[in-house]
Amino acid sequence: MTGIITATAVVAAVGLFIGIFLGLAAIQFRVEVDPKEELVLEALPGNNCGGCGFAGCSGLAAAIAKGEARVSACPVGGAEVAGKIAEIMGVESEEMNRMTAFVMCKGTCDKTASDYVYTGVEDCKMVSFVPGGGAKSCNYGCHGYGNCVRACSFDAIHIVDGVALVDKEACTACGRCVEACPKHLIELVPYTAKHLVACSSKDKGPVVMKACQTGCIGCQICKKNCPSDAIEITDFLAKIDYDKCTGCGICEEKCPKKAIV
Amino acid sequence: MDVKELLMIAIGSSLVSNVVLSQFLGLCPFLGVSRKTETAVGMGAAVIFVITLASAVTGTIYEYVLKPFDITFLQTIVFILVIAALVQFVEMFLKKFMVGLYQSLGVYLPLITTNCAVLGVALNNVKYEYNVLTGIVNGFATAVGFAIAIVILAGIREKIEYNDIPRSFQGMPIVLITAGLMAIAFFGFAGLL
Repeated sequence: MTGIITATAVVAAVGLFIGIFLGLAAIQFRVEVDPKEELVLEALPGNNCGGCGFAGCSGLAAAIAKGEARVSACPVGGAEVAGKIAEIMGVESEEMNRMTAFVMCKGTCDKTASDYVYTGVEDCKMVSFVPGGGAKSCNYGCHGYGNCVRACSFDAIHIVDGVALVDKEACTACGRCVEACPKHLIELVPYTAKHLVACSSKDKGPVVMKACQTGCIGCQICKKNCPSDAIEITDFLAKIDYDKCTGCGICEEKCPKKAIV
Repeated sequence: MDVKELLMIAIGSSLVSNVVLSQFLGLCPFLGVSRKTETAVGMGAAVIFVITLASAVTGTIYEYVLKPFDITFLQTIVFILVIAALVQFVEMFLKKFMVGLYQSLGVYLPLITTNCAVLGVALNNVKYEYNVLTGIVNGFATAVGFAIAIVILAGIREKIEYNDIPRSFQGMPIVLITAGLMAIAFFGFAGLL
């Protein structure tokens, strides 16, 4: 019995001693860390995903505290975290435009034509090298073999009906899918952008007509009808200027091919 | 205790019964941090530093706390406690006074807390009935053995990168095979003492 008591007492004493010793050491050897850095670190999500390009959240916190990184540098935290950090740093939250990835193609299986049946390696990069740039008649469209899906760390992009589709809520605009797409179909657009051209085909109208039921043929109808002059047509492809767009929706309504979403 | 005996212990625990390759302790950092020679050297240095200190502290505790109270059966638990606290303390100390060393050891220092080689050395010191001084020498030599093994493995792994390895052996399997071959090679030191 005494053995148990001695053992408990000694281990407890050792533990207590270590605790007090470490506590004192922590005070004694305290290194002055920028208090802002600690606060910023607390505000960050803390997943250490590295999406910002720094070595984990603490790396980003140090950079923000030193003023080397923007307060909105965390792609995961979004506007909320950026606002908190801006408050800590005492700067006006720079216009925090939440961005989201957008796939500029809506040529789903039922809308597009195929030149042949492809049964090879299911990888977008590979498909880009097969004759005709893949089985899809449109040489600009989404292959739907999911390189972007594999690149996404946030489960925010999926292949639906043979075309990649971004889940706007889950997307953190990290840009990995943008890099992964060999067709350069994905771009980062403002989260608030109401109308987007879901086509990247630079082919002339008749070619697009044959390949896809919902491709932009460069007909200029949207441009002519846009009240705020926000649409430009280059290479037979409409492009919306998100700064000028007021979101009236006339373009979407008038587009004969329903290429604007 | 003469110098000759200390030397024998040093050679014995660094080469002959190498901590990784013959006792199979500390395999996690051995495999995990041996991708580049640079990081392997950092890890080796941190291990030498911590194990030497830990041997001194655990030896003292064993001699002057556990033995008098006749509770040597609690060595494992007390050693773990002490080692964890020690690593914490060393980290704080280095952060304050040797920022350069702190940054070069970096993330490896806290990692060592969970390195079983540290505990293994402390327990071995007790098992072989080393006193505090001999324990420190044994700890230092063991850690040097760890550093030698991890640096060699890192060097080999850097070369392996360029080899055409069969698919089934790519990654960790080939590293384990390499480590096994190294262990066989180190077996050759058995006749040294």
